[in-house]
Amino acid sequence: MSSTQHILSIKGLEKSYGSLHVLKGIDLDINAGEVVALIGPSGSGKSTLIRCLNVMETRSGGDILFKGNPIGHKFKGRDGKLGIGELRRNVGMVFQHFNLFPHKTVIENVTEGPIVVLKEDKTKAEAHAMELLASVGLAEKRDSYPSQLSGGQKQRVAIARALAMKPEVMLFDEVTSALDPELVGEVLNVVRKLADDGMTMVIVTHEMAFAADVADRVLFLDEGKVAVQGTAAEVIHNPQQERLKGFLARYHA
Amino acid sequence: MYSWDFYPILQSTDLLLHGLWLTFEYAAGSIFFGIIIGLIACYCRLSRYKVLNAIARIYLELFRCTPLLVQVLWFYYAFPMLIGINIDNQVAAILALSLYVGSFYAEIFRGGVKAVDSGQHEAASALAMSQSQLMWRIIVPQAGKKMLPAFINQSVIQVKNTSLASVISVAELSYMAAVVNGETYRPLESYSTVAILYFILIFPLTQFADRFEKYLARFD
Repeated sequence: MSSTQHILSIKGLEKSYGSLHVLKGIDLDINAGEVVALIGPSGSGKSTLIRCLNVMETRSGGDILFKGNPIGHKFKGRDGKLGIGELRRNVGMVFQHFNLFPHKTVIENVTEGPIVVLKEDKTKAEAHAMELLASVGLAEKRDSYPSQLSGGQKQRVAIARALAMKPEVMLFDEVTSALDPELVGEVLNVVRKLADDGMTMVIVTHEMAFAADVADRVLFLDEGKVAVQGTAAEVIHNPQQERLKGFLARYHA
Repeated sequence: MYSWDFYPILQSTDLLLHGLWLTFEYAAGSIFFGIIIGLIACYCRLSRYKVLNAIARIYLELFRCTPLLVQVLWFYYAFPMLIGINIDNQVAAILALSLYVGSFYAEIFRGGVKAVDSGQHEAASALAMSQSQLMWRIIVPQAGKKMLPAFINQSVIQVKNTSLASVISVAELSYMAAVVNGETYRPLESYSTVAILYFILIFPLTQFADRFEKYLARFD
C-alpha cells in the first residue's frame, strides 16, 4: 500500500430513490488528513453523498473504496470485498439530530461502541471515553442522561461517541443545523480542533465561514453532481460560476 | 330494601380461593406463553421474508378478529373431532388464552419497535453494530418503554379474560362464583365477592405499572 493511496474513494457513485435521481455519477478521492467540505443548496445531494460514504444509504451504482479495498453490500466482507461493518469501524459519523442513546448515560453512550463492537475491556473503554469527554469539555457530565444536556452538549457527546471507535475518517452531516445559534460555536470549535489534529474529515455544512476556515477542499454540489471543486479560497472567497455565486450570496460568506 | 348476607359465601371461602388461585395461574401462564408467541409473531412481522410475514399476518388476523369465547370453545371441541386427540379443558383453555393474547402482544411489540426514532437505528449502525446488537442493546430497551402502557393494559384485560375458560368448566374464579351461587342462592353476594377478588388481583398490577412507568420516564 503506497503512502499516496487515498483513504476513501468513490467512483461513479449513483443514487436514485425510485425515479428521483439524486446522485449522478460522483467521483471523489479523499487523502489522509484532508478536510473536505460539501456545500450546496438543499436537494443538491450532499447529505445523500455523505451518507453513502458509510453506507447509511445503499448506493444504486458505482464503487466505494476504503484504502483501495472495494466495499461490498453485506455487513460482513465476502468475495474479496470489505464488509460494511468493517468500513463503519473505521469511519465515524455525527448526525444533525445527535441521535444519542436516551436510555444510556453520557459515558455509556461513548463506551457502547468500543465495548460492544470492538470488544474492548470496560475499564479501558471508560478511561478512553473520559479522555474524549474531557477533550470536548464534558467530563463532569459523565453520568448525566442525554435529556439533561443542551443541544450543543449532546452534539459534543455524539462526537466523542464517534471518536471512541478510533476512526480514521469522520463524517459530519450538518452537525450544527439543529442547534440554537449561540450553541453552534462550541460544536464547531470541537470540529476545528479535530481538523487541527489531522483527522480526515468530510463535512456537510451550511456554515460557510467555518467551511472556508477548516476545509482543505470545498465541493459545491448542484443537482446531484460536483459542480465546482477547489480550495476554500477558490470556491468560497472567489466564486466564478453564476450558480455558486447565487448560492453563496445568501450566506454573505 | 335488600338485606345483604355474606355469611353463606364465607362458608365457601376455600372454593373461591381455589378459583382465585386458578385464575392467577391461567393469567400468569397465558401471559407468559403469550409473550413468547407475541415475540415470535412480531419478529416474523418485522422480517424481510415474505413467507414468515404472511404466516404471522394470518395468525394475527384470525385471533384478533374472532371472539375469545368462540376460540376457547373451538379448541375444546376441535382437537377431539378433527384429529381424534382428546385434550382436557385446561389445555384447551391455556392454548386459546395464550394464542389470543399473543396476537395482541405481537402488534404491541411491533408498535413499540416502530415508535423508536430511526436516528437510533442509524447511530447504532454508524458504530458498526450488527443487526442483532443494535436490536437488543438499542432498539428493544427503548421500544419496551414505549409499549409498556399498552402491554399492561392488554395484560389487565387478559386477567379478566380468563373468566371465559369457565364455559369449558375450568374451575377458575368465575366458575366458582357460579358454583357458590348454586349452593347459596345468593347471586348478589356471590358475584360481589368475586368482583372484589378480581379487583384485589388486578389493582396492584395497575399500580405497579404506573410506578414503573414513572421510574422509566425519570430521565426523559
